[in-house]
Order: sequence, then C-alpha cells, then structure tokens
Amino acid sequence: MKEYILLFRHENANGKVSPEQMQQWMKQQMDWIGNIVAQNKFVGGTGLLFDDAKVVNHKKFVTNGPFGDIKETLGGYIIVKADSADEAAEFAKGAPVLQGEDNTVEVRQITTH
Amino acid sequence: MLETPLTRSLDFKMQTNIIPHLFRTEYSKLVAVLTRSFGIRHIELAEDIASETFLSALNTWPYKGTPPNPTAWLYTVAKNKIKNHLTRNNRFRINISENLNQEINFDEISIDFSDQNIADSQLQMLFAICHPSISAESQICLALRILCGFGLNEIADAFLSNKETIHKRLQRAKEKLNVEQIKLEMPGDSEINERLETVLQTIYLLFSEGYYSESNNAIVRKELCVEAINLTYLLLNNPLTKNHATNALMSLMCFHSSRLDARMSDSGSIILYEDQNRKLWDTELIEKGFYYLQQSSKWEVTSTYYIEASIAYWHTVDNSKPEKWISILRLYDALLSVHSSQVVALNRIWAFSKVHGNVAAIEEAKKLELKTNQFYFMLLAELYKQIDSTESMACLTQAFNLCKTDSEKEVINKKIEELKCLNEYSVVSIPNRCRA
Repeated sequence: MKEYILLFRHENANGKVSPEQMQQWMKQQMDWIGNIVAQNKFVGGTGLLFDDAKVVNHKKFVTNGPFGDIKETLGGYIIVKADSADEAAEFAKGAPVLQGEDNTVEVRQITTH
Repeated sequence: MLETPLTRSLDFKMQTNIIPHLFRTEYSKLVAVLTRSFGIRHIELAEDIASETFLSALNTWPYKGTPPNPTAWLYTVAKNKIKNHLTRNNRFRINISENLNQEINFDEISIDFSDQNIADSQLQMLFAICHPSISAESQICLALRILCGFGLNEIADAFLSNKETIHKRLQRAKEKLNVEQIKLEMPGDSEINERLETVLQTIYLLFSEGYYSESNNAIVRKELCVEAINLTYLLLNNPLTKNHATNALMSLMCFHSSRLDARMSDSGSIILYEDQNRKLWDTELIEKGFYYLQQSSKWEVTSTYYIEASIAYWHTVDNSKPEKWISILRLYDALLSVHSSQVVALNRIWAFSKVHGNVAAIEEAKKLELKTNQFYFMLLAELYKQIDSTESMACLTQAFNLCKTDSEKEVINKKIEELKCLNEYSVVSIPNRCRA
C-alpha cells in the first residue's frame, strides 16, 4: 500500500472566527480523520500556523510569508495509506476544509523507496 | 510501544467527544484571568491569546488526539503564549510593570488558573463591563463577547445587525473601559448594591434580547437565555452578590426559559401563551424557578424581579385553580405601583379580564388610551372577540397598521383569519380547519 499526503490550502482564519466556529471546525476535522483512522488508513498529520512564517529564496533572502496575494496557503496536511491516488482523493473529498469555496486539498504520493 | 489499530481507533472515537461550547466557555475564563493579571488596557491581548490557544488546539487535537484533560492543556498553552509574548515584547513588559506598580520577575510570572481565581476574575469582569459609564447596549455587546465568548457574527445575528456595526460598538466600548480606567475589582461595600443593580439589569436585558428577539436564529436566541442564566450563577456563587434580587432574577429567568420550546413554532413564529402545548414546558426549569423564588423570599424585601418571578410562577399553574388569576392580578397591581409601564398595564388588564370578565376589562382598558400601542389593540380585540366581532376586527386592523415586524403581522393576520371563521360559522359548530 502506498502513502499519500493530503495538503490543505486555505485562507488564514486567525482572528476572523469565533471560538464556537473553531470548535465546530475541530469537531468536523476530528470526525473526518477519525473515520480514516477507523479504516486503519491514517498515518499522521498536523495543522500549520500562519503566523511567524518565513520564506527563504535562492539568494538566502528571508521574507515574512508566504502570504502575498495568495489566499490559499498551506494550512495543514495528513498522510493516508491508499492503493491509488484515486482512493486517496476519495478521502480528500470528505475534508471539511473544502467547505470554503476557494479552498483545495492537493493529493500527492509520497516517495517511499 | 506498539499500537494496535483497534485501540487506536477506539481512542479516537472516545476523544472526539469534546464537551459542547468548550471553547466558548474557556474563552471567557482565559480572557478574564489574563485581563485580571495584566490590566484592562490589555484586554485585546488577552482575547488574541485566547484565540491563538484554540487555534493551537485546532492544529493538533484532530491529528494527535484530544489531551486527557483538554482544559488544563488550554491553560498550559495560553501560559506559554503569554511567556513568549513577554520575552518578545519589551514594551509590553515595561507597560505591565508600570500598570501593576511593581517590579515583576517575568521569568517567574505565574498565571493563576485555579477555579477560585477564574470565578473571581469572571465576576470582576462582569462588574467592569456593567460599569455605569458604559451604555446598556454596549454592556450587552461586551458581555456577549468577553463573558460569553460570542463571535462578531453571532452577536450581529442576535441583534439583527451586521458585523461592522458590532465591531465598532465593541471597539468604542473597550476604549471606554480603558479611558475610564475601570479596574478589575469588586466594588466596595458602599457601592456594591447599586453596582449589582446595573449588573442584574444588563443580565435581564441580555435575557430579554434572547427571549423576545426578532432574530430568526432560534439557536442564538436560546443561547442568549442560557448565557444570562450562566452569568447569574456567577453572582449566586459569591456571598457578596447572592442576595434577594439575584435569586429573584434567576427564578424569573428559569420560569420564562421553561417555555422557550413551547413558544416557538417550527417555522420560527411565536406561539402565544394561551395556545402553547404545555407538554413542551420544561418541568426541571420550573422546579428550579420555584427553588430560587423560595431562596429569594428569605430576604424580607421585595423587588420587581420578585414580583415578576411570582407572576411567572402562577403562569405555570393549571388554569383550573381558582386562585390563579386573582393572585396574578394582585401581583400586577403591586408591580404597577413600583414599576409602571405600558406592558405591565396591558398584562394587568388581561389578568383583570380573567377575574372580572371581559366587559369590565374593556372599560378598564379604555382608561389606558394607548392609541399608538399595537398590543393595546390586540388586547382589546381579544376582549371584544366574543362580545362584538365588528369592534374586534376594527381593533385587529388598527393593531396591524401599528406593528413593525413581520412576525407580529403574521400573528395578527392569523387572528384576523380566525375571527373571520368565527363569524362565518358562529351559529353552527366551529369547523376543524379553524382550529388549526
């Protein structure tokens, strides 16, 4: 079985949502991941903080970022076990992050050998 | 240690059950405790720290599982975030030292998240927010934000307003807290009763906002009522603020809340008391209401809350009890003598009609001459209903022309239809479709 990374891209929601909304999101995320865990297909994952991020370019020049004009920034990922990219994409379809109109989940195979 | 897939999935299943509103509840506690530690001028920092703390939870709990003690986890993370903020922000450190008027060893700064300190901080925050220098409207907004952890959208929903307006109102209110240099402390003995009165008023307004609100969002409405009750619990848990009026207000809110489910139709329109399904009344809340009513009667004083709670109590009593309406009428007489308002006067007429009959009540009502009040005409229409249907219809039309909201108009339209049915079939028995 191969491993796939599911990358969540969305807007930084910090400061824009209420505690209740955050808890709702968390519940949805837990239910989604819990379902993958129950199928024994979950490997790991994490959310990523938007604040205090840097981008380093080839000249070793460091900028705050990566939030120029890009609304959809990497906000977290999970790694799942799947036989094919299509199967992994099926998992991705259930991702709560997709409730946001411009948000995406990118599915990429992880090189294991 | 090797994890078998089975135990792992079981763990996850159990851990997704986070108590409802945990973040909202903890938001209020975090903000109160942090603001008490650093002064009210840093209230926004406290809010930011609280939000960031939940964001950290959002970024880890779904992936690593919920910690065994979620609340303790949140407090530890909040403490670390404050420490990081102190290390990074020198100006903030100087500011705090000046503010607290003492040298602080920031390496050893400890933030006290004991139950006692949380309760004290929240109570002091309640008094700060309900400071007389802040307008009632802003007090409610601040209370919802700071003490109930509501977001801008949720507050806007409750007030039928928009995010921007609420945001501005909150900003102005926070500036006011700062400018007036309102301290997070309990008022002294000399002013506590007066200040407590303002606090109770604000809580009651918050409750009424939920109970009578025009907002279509039934969930938000209900939550406002629950939050008002929670804030009153804070007051009842402190000997300084647990008095006659606090108990009476609690009783009143419990009685009213017992009918929350019964007074709302599935489509969100209001069902009047007379038409409510009594099986939907919450008996547990009625019992609680009765308990707090008894508690408040231990003080040998009275208050409008106490009279209103007593009226609310009698409303939970079966109509067949002969003393019911006589008692309610007597209580309205008492209420009118201490707190005269159109609503009270109209409610008194209703009780009057139950005791002395509609003809006498119409005479009594006409003395009020509330020609611009739609409820006045609705009441008259009801009293005329069986006596003079033409007059009843005229009153309903006047009421309709005076009312401002759609849900009110809906109620009156229904009454007009009912009356039409009643007229058509007044000689024969009332057909089923009119009873719907």
